[in-house]
Amino acid sequence: MPVWQSLYGDMKDHGFTVVAVALDQAETARPWIEAAGATYPCLIDRHHHLADLYNMVNVPQAVWIDEEGRIVRPAETAGSMDAFRAMDRKTFTLPDEAVAERNRVKTQYFDAVRDWVLHGSGSVHAMNATRAAEKLKLPDPSIAEAHARFHLGRYLLREGREAEAQVQMAEASRLHPDSWAMWRQAAAKDTRGLASGPEFWKRVDALGSRYYYPPAEIDDAT
Amino acid sequence: MITVLHEQRETHLPDAIADGDELWLGHVAIEQATGWSWKPEGLCHGDVCVPLPRAQAGEITRGGRLNLAAMWRHSGQPVVHDTTSSVWVLGSGAVQRSAALATLQAPDFTLPDLDGNTHSLASYRGRKVFLATWASW
Repeated sequence: MPVWQSLYGDMKDHGFTVVAVALDQAETARPWIEAAGATYPCLIDRHHHLADLYNMVNVPQAVWIDEEGRIVRPAETAGSMDAFRAMDRKTFTLPDEAVAERNRVKTQYFDAVRDWVLHGSGSVHAMNATRAAEKLKLPDPSIAEAHARFHLGRYLLREGREAEAQVQMAEASRLHPDSWAMWRQAAAKDTRGLASGPEFWKRVDALGSRYYYPPAEIDDAT
Repeated sequence: MITVLHEQRETHLPDAIADGDELWLGHVAIEQATGWSWKPEGLCHGDVCVPLPRAQAGEITRGGRLNLAAMWRHSGQPVVHDTTSSVWVLGSGAVQRSAALATLQAPDFTLPDLDGNTHSLASYRGRKVFLATWASW
Protein backbone atom coordinates (compact mmCIF):
# COMPACT_ATOMS: atom_id res chain seq x y z
CA MET A 1 0.00 0.00 0.00
CA PRO A 2 2.85 2.55 0.40
CA VAL A 3 3.43 2.29 -3.34
CA TRP A 4 -0.26 3.05 -3.98
CA GLN A 5 -0.09 6.09 -1.68
CA SER A 6 2.90 7.52 -3.55
CA LEU A 7 1.24 6.78 -6.90
CA TYR A 8 -1.89 8.56 -5.72
CA GLY A 9 0.06 11.49 -4.26
CA ASP A 10 2.01 11.99 -7.50
CA MET A 11 -0.91 11.58 -9.87
CA LYS A 12 -4.12 12.74 -8.17
CA ASP A 13 -3.87 16.18 -9.79
CA HIS A 14 -3.80 14.55 -13.21
CA GLY A 15 -7.42 13.32 -13.17
CA PHE A 16 -6.58 10.07 -11.45
CA THR A 17 -7.49 8.09 -8.39
CA VAL A 18 -6.60 4.85 -6.75
CA VAL A 19 -9.58 2.85 -5.51
CA ALA A 20 -8.32 0.14 -3.19
CA VAL A 21 -10.67 -2.73 -2.40
CA ALA A 22 -9.91 -5.10 0.46
CA LEU A 23 -11.19 -8.61 -0.27
CA ASP A 24 -11.51 -8.95 3.46
CA GLN A 25 -13.58 -7.96 6.48
CA ALA A 26 -13.25 -4.53 8.09
CA GLU A 27 -11.82 -5.90 11.36
CA THR A 28 -8.71 -7.37 9.75
CA ALA A 29 -8.33 -4.72 7.03
CA ARG A 30 -8.54 -1.75 9.40
CA PRO A 31 -5.03 -1.91 10.98
CA TRP A 32 -3.41 -2.06 7.53
CA ILE A 33 -5.39 0.89 6.18
CA GLU A 34 -4.68 2.97 9.27
CA ALA A 35 -0.96 2.12 9.24
CA ALA A 36 -0.74 3.08 5.56
CA GLY A 37 -2.31 6.48 6.23
CA ALA A 38 -4.08 6.05 2.90
CA THR A 39 -5.78 9.18 1.54
CA TYR A 40 -7.34 7.44 -1.49
CA PRO A 41 -10.62 5.54 -1.09
CA CYS A 42 -10.15 2.23 0.75
CA LEU A 43 -13.22 0.04 0.44
CA ILE A 44 -14.19 -3.17 2.19
CA ASP A 45 -15.52 -6.11 0.19
CA ARG A 46 -16.41 -8.85 2.67
CA HIS A 47 -18.04 -11.14 0.09
CA HIS A 48 -15.39 -10.62 -2.63
CA HIS A 49 -18.05 -9.14 -4.90
CA LEU A 50 -15.38 -7.39 -6.97
CA ALA A 51 -13.66 -10.71 -7.67
CA ASP A 52 -17.01 -12.05 -8.91
CA LEU A 53 -17.66 -9.01 -11.14
CA TYR A 54 -14.17 -8.83 -12.64
CA ASN A 55 -13.22 -12.53 -12.50
CA MET A 56 -10.30 -11.86 -10.16
CA VAL A 57 -8.43 -14.69 -8.44
CA ASN A 58 -5.78 -13.19 -6.18
CA VAL A 59 -4.41 -10.02 -4.62
CA PRO A 60 -2.97 -7.70 -5.65
CA GLN A 61 -4.77 -7.56 -8.96
CA ALA A 62 -5.78 -4.32 -10.67
CA VAL A 63 -8.00 -3.08 -13.47
CA TRP A 64 -7.24 0.17 -15.30
CA ILE A 65 -10.39 2.15 -16.08
CA ASP A 66 -10.40 5.30 -18.21
CA GLU A 67 -12.41 8.51 -17.77
CA GLU A 68 -15.39 7.02 -19.64
CA GLY A 69 -15.51 3.93 -17.45
CA ARG A 70 -13.90 1.73 -20.09
CA ILE A 71 -11.52 -1.07 -19.12
CA VAL A 72 -8.13 -0.40 -20.70
CA ARG A 73 -6.33 -3.18 -18.87
CA PRO A 74 -8.42 -6.10 -17.56
CA ALA A 75 -7.72 -7.70 -14.17
CA GLU A 76 -4.06 -8.69 -13.88
CA THR A 77 -1.30 -8.97 -11.30
CA ALA A 78 -0.58 -5.49 -9.97
CA GLY A 79 3.21 -5.36 -9.68
CA SER A 80 3.85 -8.58 -7.77
CA MET A 81 5.78 -11.60 -9.00
CA ASP A 82 6.69 -15.12 -7.98
CA ALA A 83 10.00 -14.23 -6.29
CA PHE A 84 8.45 -15.19 -2.94
CA ARG A 85 8.57 -18.84 -3.97
CA ALA A 86 12.33 -18.70 -3.36
CA MET A 87 11.67 -17.67 0.25
CA ASP A 88 13.26 -19.44 3.18
CA ARG A 89 10.10 -20.88 4.69
CA LYS A 90 11.39 -20.71 8.26
CA THR A 91 12.88 -17.21 8.30
CA PHE A 92 10.62 -15.69 5.61
CA THR A 93 13.72 -14.19 3.97
CA LEU A 94 14.45 -13.93 0.27
CA PRO A 95 17.76 -14.23 -1.60
CA ASP A 96 19.12 -10.84 -2.72
CA GLU A 97 18.62 -11.58 -6.41
CA ALA A 98 14.96 -12.45 -5.83
CA VAL A 99 14.47 -9.17 -3.96
CA ALA A 100 16.11 -7.27 -6.83
CA GLU A 101 13.91 -8.97 -9.42
CA ARG A 102 10.81 -8.32 -7.34
CA ASN A 103 11.67 -4.63 -7.09
CA ARG A 104 12.38 -4.41 -10.81
CA VAL A 105 8.97 -5.86 -11.71
CA LYS A 106 7.18 -3.61 -9.24
CA THR A 107 8.91 -0.47 -10.51
CA GLN A 108 8.21 -1.40 -14.11
CA TYR A 109 4.52 -1.94 -13.38
CA PHE A 110 3.98 1.30 -11.47
CA ASP A 111 5.99 3.27 -14.05
CA ALA A 112 3.53 1.89 -16.60
CA VAL A 113 0.58 3.11 -14.50
CA ARG A 114 2.14 6.58 -14.33
CA ASP A 115 2.73 6.59 -18.08
CA TRP A 116 -0.95 5.79 -18.67
CA VAL A 117 -2.13 8.51 -16.27
CA LEU A 118 -0.05 11.09 -18.14
CA HIS A 119 -0.67 9.92 -21.72
CA GLY A 120 -4.04 8.15 -21.64
CA SER A 121 -4.76 6.16 -24.80
CA GLY A 122 -1.43 7.43 -26.14
CA SER A 123 0.37 5.25 -23.58
CA VAL A 124 1.69 1.96 -24.96
CA HIS A 125 0.37 0.37 -21.75
CA ALA A 126 -3.27 1.35 -22.39
CA MET A 127 -4.82 -1.44 -24.44
CA ASN A 128 -7.14 -0.71 -27.33
CA ALA A 129 -10.51 -2.50 -27.30
CA THR A 130 -9.31 -5.43 -29.39
CA ARG A 131 -6.33 -6.13 -27.21
CA ALA A 132 -8.24 -5.60 -23.96
CA ALA A 133 -10.93 -8.04 -25.16
CA GLU A 134 -8.23 -10.61 -25.98
CA LYS A 135 -6.72 -10.22 -22.53
CA LEU A 136 -10.02 -10.62 -20.69
CA LYS A 137 -10.36 -13.84 -18.76
CA LEU A 138 -14.02 -14.83 -18.64
CA PRO A 139 -15.68 -16.99 -15.99
CA ASP A 140 -17.17 -20.43 -16.68
CA PRO A 141 -20.23 -21.93 -14.90
CA SER A 142 -18.06 -23.56 -12.21
CA ILE A 143 -16.57 -20.18 -11.34
CA ALA A 144 -20.02 -18.60 -11.24
CA GLU A 145 -21.25 -21.28 -8.83
CA ALA A 146 -18.06 -20.93 -6.77
CA HIS A 147 -18.79 -17.24 -6.24
CA ALA A 148 -22.37 -18.00 -5.19
CA ARG A 149 -21.12 -20.60 -2.66
CA PHE A 150 -18.39 -18.31 -1.39
CA HIS A 151 -20.94 -15.52 -0.90
CA LEU A 152 -23.18 -17.93 1.05
CA GLY A 153 -20.22 -19.11 3.12
CA ARG A 154 -19.14 -15.60 4.04
CA TYR A 155 -22.70 -14.72 5.02
CA LEU A 156 -23.05 -17.83 7.19
CA LEU A 157 -19.71 -17.08 8.86
CA ARG A 158 -20.95 -13.63 9.81
CA GLU A 159 -24.06 -15.29 11.25
CA GLY A 160 -21.85 -17.48 13.44
CA ARG A 161 -22.52 -20.69 11.48
CA GLU A 162 -18.84 -21.45 11.01
CA ALA A 163 -18.92 -25.19 10.26
CA GLU A 164 -21.52 -24.79 7.56
CA ALA A 165 -19.74 -21.71 6.22
CA GLN A 166 -16.50 -23.68 5.83
CA VAL A 167 -18.31 -26.40 3.87
CA GLN A 168 -19.56 -23.81 1.39
CA MET A 169 -16.18 -22.09 1.07
CA ALA A 170 -14.39 -25.41 0.60
CA GLU A 171 -16.83 -26.27 -2.17
CA ALA A 172 -16.17 -22.84 -3.71
CA SER A 173 -12.42 -23.57 -3.75
CA ARG A 174 -13.01 -27.00 -5.25
CA LEU A 175 -15.11 -25.45 -8.04
CA HIS A 176 -12.63 -22.61 -8.61
CA PRO A 177 -9.17 -23.93 -7.74
CA ASP A 178 -7.44 -20.99 -9.46
CA SER A 179 -8.83 -18.57 -6.89
CA TRP A 180 -6.24 -17.93 -4.20
CA ALA A 181 -8.53 -15.26 -2.79
CA MET A 182 -11.24 -17.81 -1.97
CA TRP A 183 -8.79 -20.34 -0.60
CA ARG A 184 -6.72 -17.97 1.53
CA GLN A 185 -9.73 -16.10 2.90
CA ALA A 186 -11.13 -19.39 4.22
CA ALA A 187 -7.82 -20.96 5.28
CA ALA A 188 -6.41 -21.05 8.81
CA LYS A 189 -4.26 -17.97 9.58
CA ASP A 190 -0.95 -17.77 11.44
CA THR A 191 -0.21 -15.27 14.22
CA ARG A 192 0.47 -12.57 11.60
CA GLY A 193 -3.00 -13.11 10.12
CA LEU A 194 -1.54 -14.79 7.04
CA ALA A 195 -2.70 -18.00 5.41
CA SER A 196 0.93 -19.01 4.90
CA GLY A 197 1.20 -22.32 6.75
CA PRO A 198 2.22 -25.72 5.34
CA GLU A 199 -1.09 -26.06 3.46
CA PHE A 200 -0.39 -22.81 1.63
CA TRP A 201 3.09 -23.93 0.58
CA LYS A 202 1.75 -27.31 -0.47
CA ARG A 203 -0.72 -25.55 -2.73
CA VAL A 204 1.99 -23.23 -4.09
CA ASP A 205 4.31 -26.17 -4.76
CA ALA A 206 1.50 -27.94 -6.60
CA LEU A 207 1.52 -25.07 -9.12
CA GLY A 208 4.73 -26.51 -10.55
CA SER A 209 5.66 -24.35 -13.54
CA ARG A 210 2.40 -22.36 -13.37
CA TYR A 211 2.42 -18.88 -11.84
CA TYR A 212 1.04 -17.74 -8.52
CA TYR A 213 1.20 -14.16 -9.84
CA PRO A 214 0.89 -14.40 -13.65
CA PRO A 215 3.02 -11.55 -15.09
CA ALA A 216 1.14 -8.50 -16.30
CA GLU A 217 3.19 -8.50 -19.53
CA ILE A 218 3.88 -4.80 -19.37
CA ASP A 219 6.59 -4.88 -22.06
CA ASP A 220 4.52 -6.20 -24.95
CA ALA A 221 1.42 -4.09 -24.38
CA THR A 222 1.51 -2.28 -27.70
CA MET B 1 -37.70 -15.67 7.73
CA ILE B 2 -35.96 -16.20 4.40
CA THR B 3 -32.83 -14.23 3.46
CA VAL B 4 -31.98 -13.75 -0.21
CA LEU B 5 -28.54 -12.53 -1.29
CA HIS B 6 -28.22 -11.26 -4.84
CA GLU B 7 -25.29 -9.17 -6.01
CA GLN B 8 -25.00 -6.64 -3.18
CA ARG B 9 -28.59 -6.93 -1.99
CA GLU B 10 -29.40 -8.66 1.28
CA THR B 11 -33.16 -8.98 1.63
CA HIS B 12 -35.08 -10.52 4.51
CA LEU B 13 -38.46 -11.82 3.41
CA PRO B 14 -40.96 -12.87 6.10
CA ASP B 15 -43.54 -14.03 3.55
CA ALA B 16 -41.29 -16.13 1.32
CA ILE B 17 -41.76 -19.90 1.22
CA ALA B 18 -38.82 -22.26 0.83
CA ASP B 19 -39.09 -26.01 0.37
CA GLY B 20 -35.83 -27.85 -0.33
CA ASP B 21 -34.57 -26.48 -3.64
CA GLU B 22 -37.73 -24.45 -4.27
CA LEU B 23 -38.04 -20.77 -3.36
CA TRP B 24 -41.49 -19.28 -3.79
CA LEU B 25 -41.81 -15.50 -3.85
CA GLY B 26 -44.58 -13.05 -4.73
CA HIS B 27 -44.23 -10.05 -7.03
CA VAL B 28 -43.10 -7.56 -4.41
CA ALA B 29 -40.56 -9.89 -2.82
CA ILE B 30 -39.02 -10.75 -6.21
CA GLU B 31 -38.53 -7.08 -6.98
CA GLN B 32 -37.09 -6.37 -3.52
CA ALA B 33 -34.69 -9.28 -3.60
CA THR B 34 -33.43 -9.02 -7.17
CA GLY B 35 -34.56 -5.80 -8.83
CA TRP B 36 -36.28 -7.96 -11.48
CA SER B 37 -40.04 -7.72 -12.06
CA TRP B 38 -42.36 -10.65 -12.59
CA LYS B 39 -44.64 -9.71 -15.49
CA PRO B 40 -47.00 -11.64 -17.80
CA GLU B 41 -44.19 -11.82 -20.37
CA GLY B 42 -41.66 -13.25 -17.92
CA LEU B 43 -39.01 -12.00 -15.50
CA CYS B 44 -38.02 -8.52 -16.63
CA HIS B 45 -35.30 -5.97 -15.96
CA GLY B 46 -35.27 -2.80 -18.06
CA ASP B 47 -35.94 -3.83 -21.64
CA VAL B 48 -34.95 -7.45 -21.04
CA CYS B 49 -37.56 -10.13 -20.33
CA VAL B 50 -36.75 -13.80 -19.77
CA PRO B 51 -39.88 -15.87 -20.54
CA LEU B 52 -40.91 -18.43 -17.94
CA PRO B 53 -40.10 -22.00 -18.98
CA ARG B 54 -42.84 -24.32 -20.18
CA ALA B 55 -43.74 -26.39 -17.17
CA GLN B 56 -46.46 -28.51 -15.63
CA ALA B 57 -49.12 -26.52 -13.78
CA GLY B 58 -47.81 -25.57 -10.34
CA GLU B 59 -44.14 -26.20 -11.08
CA ILE B 60 -43.08 -22.61 -11.78
CA THR B 61 -46.04 -20.56 -10.60
CA ARG B 62 -48.46 -21.37 -7.83
CA GLY B 63 -50.94 -19.23 -5.90
CA GLY B 64 -49.51 -15.86 -6.88
CA ARG B 65 -45.91 -16.94 -6.32
CA LEU B 66 -43.06 -17.78 -8.64
CA ASN B 67 -40.49 -20.50 -7.96
CA LEU B 68 -37.66 -18.04 -8.33
CA ALA B 69 -34.98 -20.67 -7.74
CA ALA B 70 -36.25 -22.75 -10.67
CA MET B 71 -36.54 -19.64 -12.83
CA TRP B 72 -33.01 -18.61 -11.89
CA ARG B 73 -31.58 -22.01 -12.80
CA HIS B 74 -33.60 -21.94 -16.04
CA SER B 75 -31.73 -18.75 -16.98
CA GLY B 76 -28.41 -20.57 -16.45
CA GLN B 77 -27.50 -18.89 -13.18
CA PRO B 78 -26.34 -20.51 -9.93
CA VAL B 79 -28.69 -20.90 -6.97
CA VAL B 80 -27.33 -22.15 -3.65
CA HIS B 81 -28.81 -22.27 -0.16
CA ASP B 82 -27.94 -23.32 3.36
CA THR B 83 -28.96 -26.66 4.92
CA THR B 84 -32.22 -25.24 6.27
CA SER B 85 -33.17 -23.45 3.01
CA SER B 86 -33.39 -20.18 4.92
CA VAL B 87 -30.45 -18.37 3.31
CA TRP B 88 -30.28 -18.25 -0.48
CA VAL B 89 -27.77 -16.83 -2.93
CA LEU B 90 -29.07 -16.05 -6.40
CA GLY B 91 -25.75 -15.80 -8.17
CA SER B 92 -24.91 -14.31 -11.51
CA GLY B 93 -24.27 -16.71 -14.37
CA ALA B 94 -21.02 -17.07 -16.28
CA VAL B 95 -22.78 -16.04 -19.50
CA GLN B 96 -24.17 -12.88 -17.90
CA ARG B 97 -20.85 -11.94 -16.26
CA SER B 98 -18.92 -12.63 -19.45
CA ALA B 99 -21.29 -10.56 -21.58
CA ALA B 100 -20.91 -7.63 -19.20
CA LEU B 101 -17.11 -7.84 -19.20
CA ALA B 102 -16.94 -8.24 -22.97
CA THR B 103 -18.47 -4.77 -23.44
CA LEU B 104 -15.30 -3.47 -21.69
CA GLN B 105 -17.50 -1.11 -19.67
CA ALA B 106 -16.24 -1.53 -16.11
CA PRO B 107 -19.00 -3.21 -14.05
CA ASP B 108 -20.24 -0.80 -11.38
CA PHE B 109 -20.34 -1.62 -7.68
CA THR B 110 -20.95 0.14 -4.38
CA LEU B 111 -18.85 -0.72 -1.34
CA PRO B 112 -18.35 0.82 2.12
CA ASP B 113 -15.20 2.34 3.54
CA LEU B 114 -14.14 1.79 7.16
CA ASP B 115 -16.51 4.54 8.34
CA GLY B 116 -19.45 2.89 6.60
CA ASN B 117 -19.65 5.54 3.85
CA THR B 118 -20.46 3.95 0.52
CA HIS B 119 -18.54 4.60 -2.70
CA SER B 120 -19.64 3.70 -6.23
CA LEU B 121 -17.17 3.18 -9.03
CA ALA B 122 -19.46 5.29 -11.24
CA SER B 123 -18.88 8.32 -8.99
CA TYR B 124 -15.25 8.41 -10.21
CA ARG B 125 -16.30 8.78 -13.86
CA GLY B 126 -14.24 11.56 -15.44
CA ARG B 127 -11.07 10.36 -13.75
CA LYS B 128 -8.78 7.48 -14.54
CA VAL B 129 -9.19 4.78 -11.90
CA PHE B 130 -6.56 2.31 -10.75
CA LEU B 131 -8.91 -0.27 -9.21
CA ALA B 132 -6.76 -2.51 -7.06
CA THR B 133 -7.40 -5.40 -4.69
CA TRP B 134 -5.52 -6.35 -1.55
CA ALA B 135 -6.20 -8.30 1.66
CA SER B 136 -4.77 -8.91 5.11
CA TRP B 137 -4.57 -12.65 4.55
